[in-house]
Amino acid sequence: MKKEKKMTLTLPAEELMACGHLACQGCGATLAMRYMLKALGQKTALCIPACCWAVIDGPYPYSSLDVPIYHCAFETAASTATGVKAGLEMTGDSETTVVAWAGDGGTFDIGLQALSGAAERNEDIIYVCYDNEAYMNTGIQRSSATPYGAWTTTTPVKHFKTRPKKDIVAIMAAHRIPYIATASISHPEDFVKKMRKAKDIKGTRFFHVYAPCPTGWKSRPEDTVKLARMAVQNAYFPLCEIEDGDKVTLNLKLKDKKPVNDYIRIQGRFRHLTEAQVASIQAEVDARWERLLKNCAV
Amino acid sequence: MKKVMMGNHALSYGAMLSRSQVIAAYPITPQTQVVELLSEMCADGTLDARFIKVESEHSAMAACIGASVAGARAFTATSSQGLALMHEMLHWAAGGRHPIVMGNINRSMAPGWSIWTDQNDSLSERDTGWMQYYCASNQEVLDTVIQAFKVSERLMIPGMVILDAFALSHTYEVVDVPDQAAVDKYLPPFKPAIRLTPSDPRAFGGLTGAEHYMELRYKLQKDMEKAPALIEETGREFEKIFGRNLGLVDAYRCDDADFVFVTSGTAGFTARVVVDEFRKSGLKAGNLRIKVFRPFPFAKVREVLKKVKKAAVVDRNCSYGAHGIFYQEVKSALYGEAGMPPVFGYIAGLGGRDITTDSFKEVAAHALAKDKADEEIVWIGVKK
Amino acid sequence: MREKKAKKIVFNSAEEMPTMIASVGSQTHNLTGAWRNIRPEIDLAKCLKCGICWKFCPEPSIDIVDEWPVVDYDYCKGCGICAEECPAKCIVMVEERK
Repeated sequence: MKKEKKMTLTLPAEELMACGHLACQGCGATLAMRYMLKALGQKTALCIPACCWAVIDGPYPYSSLDVPIYHCAFETAASTATGVKAGLEMTGDSETTVVAWAGDGGTFDIGLQALSGAAERNEDIIYVCYDNEAYMNTGIQRSSATPYGAWTTTTPVKHFKTRPKKDIVAIMAAHRIPYIATASISHPEDFVKKMRKAKDIKGTRFFHVYAPCPTGWKSRPEDTVKLARMAVQNAYFPLCEIEDGDKVTLNLKLKDKKPVNDYIRIQGRFRHLTEAQVASIQAEVDARWERLLKNCAV
Repeated sequence: MKKVMMGNHALSYGAMLSRSQVIAAYPITPQTQVVELLSEMCADGTLDARFIKVESEHSAMAACIGASVAGARAFTATSSQGLALMHEMLHWAAGGRHPIVMGNINRSMAPGWSIWTDQNDSLSERDTGWMQYYCASNQEVLDTVIQAFKVSERLMIPGMVILDAFALSHTYEVVDVPDQAAVDKYLPPFKPAIRLTPSDPRAFGGLTGAEHYMELRYKLQKDMEKAPALIEETGREFEKIFGRNLGLVDAYRCDDADFVFVTSGTAGFTARVVVDEFRKSGLKAGNLRIKVFRPFPFAKVREVLKKVKKAAVVDRNCSYGAHGIFYQEVKSALYGEAGMPPVFGYIAGLGGRDITTDSFKEVAAHALAKDKADEEIVWIGVKK
Repeated sequence: MREKKAKKIVFNSAEEMPTMIASVGSQTHNLTGAWRNIRPEIDLAKCLKCGICWKFCPEPSIDIVDEWPVVDYDYCKGCGICAEECPAKCIVMVEERK
């Protein structure tokens, strides 16, 4: 054994998420939580609405996390977090980072009004949307984050989703909040770095985190990180930051942008798509990528 | 210090003197003056609080819940449609045991659009686990906010202080504004046993299985059952400091009464005028104004009504398909007890229609002419 | 890292429960290793000590002990991400012997 070689950890060693939680095998949302807590540390308070994480943490009277959690109503992640932040400040704690931690349904759909309100007021919270592209906790129903072409239990193969995914990052950028980032569980170092940067910014900070879901995507549990990585490398989910609504920075330049086909083909939810349909996804991804590059240049 | 103020400002003063720390509110007629004055108080430093100008009542209550669980005293005010929008969060506040105090201006539910008073908005929330105090004067509004915080924080149950739209919200009355120092003595700072903080990391309100849920709700009911005695105790304590008693009911000339109106809100003060007139003409009348609706003061209602010959409940609300809601509660309070009087039920004043002295005279004429109360609803002043 | 294999909480009466619906115990009482059908086995002779298996474990049930990765089978659910991501291919997933 090569005892002389040092173990290299590229992430903080501190674990604020314990095992024993109730996530499915290969859950991307769980990795997202683990990385966020590594970045923010123990002085963090979470508001979690109805979403997978409302279950993952474990039932009453238990918790998997070493940070406090308020399990709030579905559409109230941003408004509850706003109240928690105000309450902590008024009782002498201005240090704790308050995070609204919601899924795509709780963000793109039912929680959008409260999120928009908090962002417009520039509340001093971090809002993290871990996006698994459907209502996974209720059994894989389509949300407005479900991408074109995907099967869900409410978009059966014969009527798969034909509308594109809602562009939540553009919506948040239109609020001109100080910081927006996309992050992927395949790039934890980038995730942690941006989360730490966000921690030191005052005002509303929004994270759109790509979190593959083997259960809902009909993918193999071991492919979770691989899928997330592919989505970054084929520009399906590019890693970027937007400061003050218009300063766009690309975190990972793609010298060799991969085609989306390989990514699509290892997910059961896209199994029914024809070559032409995949080509249309490719065209859409390319157009979005070009737009992003153009925005970066400005 | 005596001040002339509208009912809405009495709510604001109550919230200010209670040293509310977080206020989250959304405007709705006829509540707006409550939050306008509070935002001025926050802006000029009269009140050291964070005022969150949320984008909906639903978010207002969510923010109050967040603030309360973090250990801050939280206040909001709303009315009618706003209260209905909050409905989900009212269950959340009570179930989560967050002692928020809220002002609600009783306004009729749409459609058709109405900004005028009746009680269907707050009474639709009766099963959410909130305490409900129906006030009849601006003084009572101000005093009750302070008392409500005390009771709520002791029991960890939220409280709703309720006043009639316009009849009280926009009516100016002389109000004795208590000294801050005296209020501070009466109402200590909010110090919950458990709160949301990284130094004691807990998960609040997680997935709760059948093996625990029922006990948690049992505890809520058990604590609710402690409220009547606590309201009376804190009411007497309030009287010692401020000279005004705050009880569960306001029994006016009921002790020797043969005929008693049962009322709530401002209609209760109108009823008093009629009671005095009846007394002059030889009818031993009284008025039992029910102030606290949740928890319902069953024992108190029985105690007052067992001595009378007839009771007439005037409801400014209707549980469609059943009856007036106070009427139902009063009857259930008396049911099964020996020697209780017949109780007649009336519905009046929906959608802001005035309940006048003549309305009460009509009620009395009907009830006094009958020997037995039947189940039929008697509508007062409706054009049939 | 918080205590592993925390005790299960049993309330004998409503009185023992806090007024607020607040957690009082750790989810580590739940040994999720029982969910596993396949188990990761690490061939330390080939291990590069890169920490990637540790980094991508969603439980997390790979501990670093004396600078080596060690699977905590009490909790590992057998998702296989560690084996898939290991650049040295020193982790293999083998059928659980039940």
